[in-house]
Amino acid sequence: MTTSARYTFTAIRLHWLIAFLIFAAFPLGLYMSDLELSPLKLQLISYHKWLGVTIFLLAVARLAWRAKHTPPPLPEAMLAWQRTATHAVHHLLYLLIIAIPLSGWLMSSAKGFQTVYFGVLPLPDLIGKDKALGDILKEVHELLNYGMLGLVIAHVGAALKHHFIDRDGILARMLPFLDKENRP
Amino acid sequence: MIRLLAILSLLSSSFAYGAELSAVQLDKSTIAFVSRQMNVPVEGIFQQFSAQISIDPARPEAGRARIEIDLASIDAGSTDANDEVKGKSWFNTREFPKAVFVSSTVKSLGSGRFEALGKMTIKGKTQEARAPFTLKQEKGVLILDGTFPLKRLAYDIGSGVWSDTSVVADEVLIKFHFVLK
Ligand code: HEM
Repeated sequence: MTTSARYTFTAIRLHWLIAFLIFAAFPLGLYMSDLELSPLKLQLISYHKWLGVTIFLLAVARLAWRAKHTPPPLPEAMLAWQRTATHAVHHLLYLLIIAIPLSGWLMSSAKGFQTVYFGVLPLPDLIGKDKALGDILKEVHELLNYGMLGLVIAHVGAALKHHFIDRDGILARMLPFLDKENRP
Repeated sequence: MIRLLAILSLLSSSFAYGAELSAVQLDKSTIAFVSRQMNVPVEGIFQQFSAQISIDPARPEAGRARIEIDLASIDAGSTDANDEVKGKSWFNTREFPKAVFVSSTVKSLGSGRFEALGKMTIKGKTQEARAPFTLKQEKGVLILDGTFPLKRLAYDIGSGVWSDTSVVADEVLIKFHFVLK
C-alpha cells in the first residue's frame, strides 16, 4: 500500500477521464432512450455502449489502482459522520462505475443486441436472450443511474463546500492546478 | 373455364414433375434471419409461413418449392423494431403482406449440397434468388437446411433514412430449416 498527501497522477487522470465520459454517457443515455426508433437512435445506442464499455475498462483500472494505494487522509477537522458519509459515497461510486456498465452490458445481451466494441470487437454475451430479463435489467440500469446521479451531486457539492467554505485544499488533491503552493 | 384451365394446368404440372409436394411440418420448420445493425448481428424470425416443397433425394433436380411468408408475423428482435418493419419504408405489410419464393430449378452441388434457383417477390419486386441447402434423411423425415444472403435494398426494404447501410447493412442472412415428411 502506498499513501501520499495527494492522489497519484494515475488516480487523478483516471478520475477525470471517467468523470468526463460519464458526463457524456449519462445525458446520451437519457436522450437516446426517448427517441423513436431511427438510424440515429441505433447509432447513438452504439456510441453509448462503446462509451460505457470504455468507462468500465477505466473503472477496472481505477479499482486496481485503489487496491494498491490508500487515498490521502481526510482533514483532521472533519467530523465522524462526515468521514463515514465520505467513505460511503466513495465506495458506492466505485461500485456504481462497475455495476452500471455491467448492467448495460447484461441488458444488451438479454435483449438480444450484442455489444460490438467500436463496431469491431464483439464482447461475449454473458447471458442468453431473455426479453423479460432484459426489461428488468433496463430498469436496473436506469435505477442505478439515478442512484449515481444523486451521489455525484452530493460528491460535487461536498467537493465545492471543501473548496469554497472549508478551504481545506481537498479539491486540489484531485485537481492539482488549484494547489498554488505545492505545484508539482 | 378459367377454373378448369387452372385445374388442368395444376394437374399437368404435377404430372410433369411426377412427385407430390411433401408435407412440410410447419411447427418444426423455421425461417430466421440475421441483420447487421451498426455491425451488431441481430436475429429475427418469421412466425408464420406456408411451404410446399417436393424433393426426392434421389432426383433433386425434379424438386420444387413454393414458400410464402406472412411478413406481419415478423419478430425482428424488439417491439419497437416489429412495429417499425411493418411500416411503409420497410415491408409495408398492409399493401404487401407476403414474401413469395418460387423455385425454378434445383441443382446438385455434390456431397449432399444443393442449390435452389428461383424468384423471390417482396414488396412488389421480383428478383432472382439462389438458396444453397443441404438435405438430410432422418427417422422418416427429410431435413432441408440452408442459408443465403439477401440484399434488402434490391426490394426497397428499409428505404428513406433507413437506406443508410452503415447503420443497417444491405445484406441480410436468411436461414431456413424445413422438416418434410
Ligand atoms: C457508466 C456508464 C454508463 C452510464 C452513465 C449509462 C447511463 C445510461 C442512462 C442514464 C440511460 C437512460 C436510462 C433511461 O432513462 O432509460 C442509459 C440507457 C441505456 N444504456 Fe447505459 N450507461 C452506461 C453504460 C452502458 C453500457 C456499458 C451499456 C451496454 C454495453 C449500456 C447500454 C444502455 C442501453 C442499451 C440503454 C437504453 C435502454 C433502452 O432505452 O432500451 N449503458 N444508460
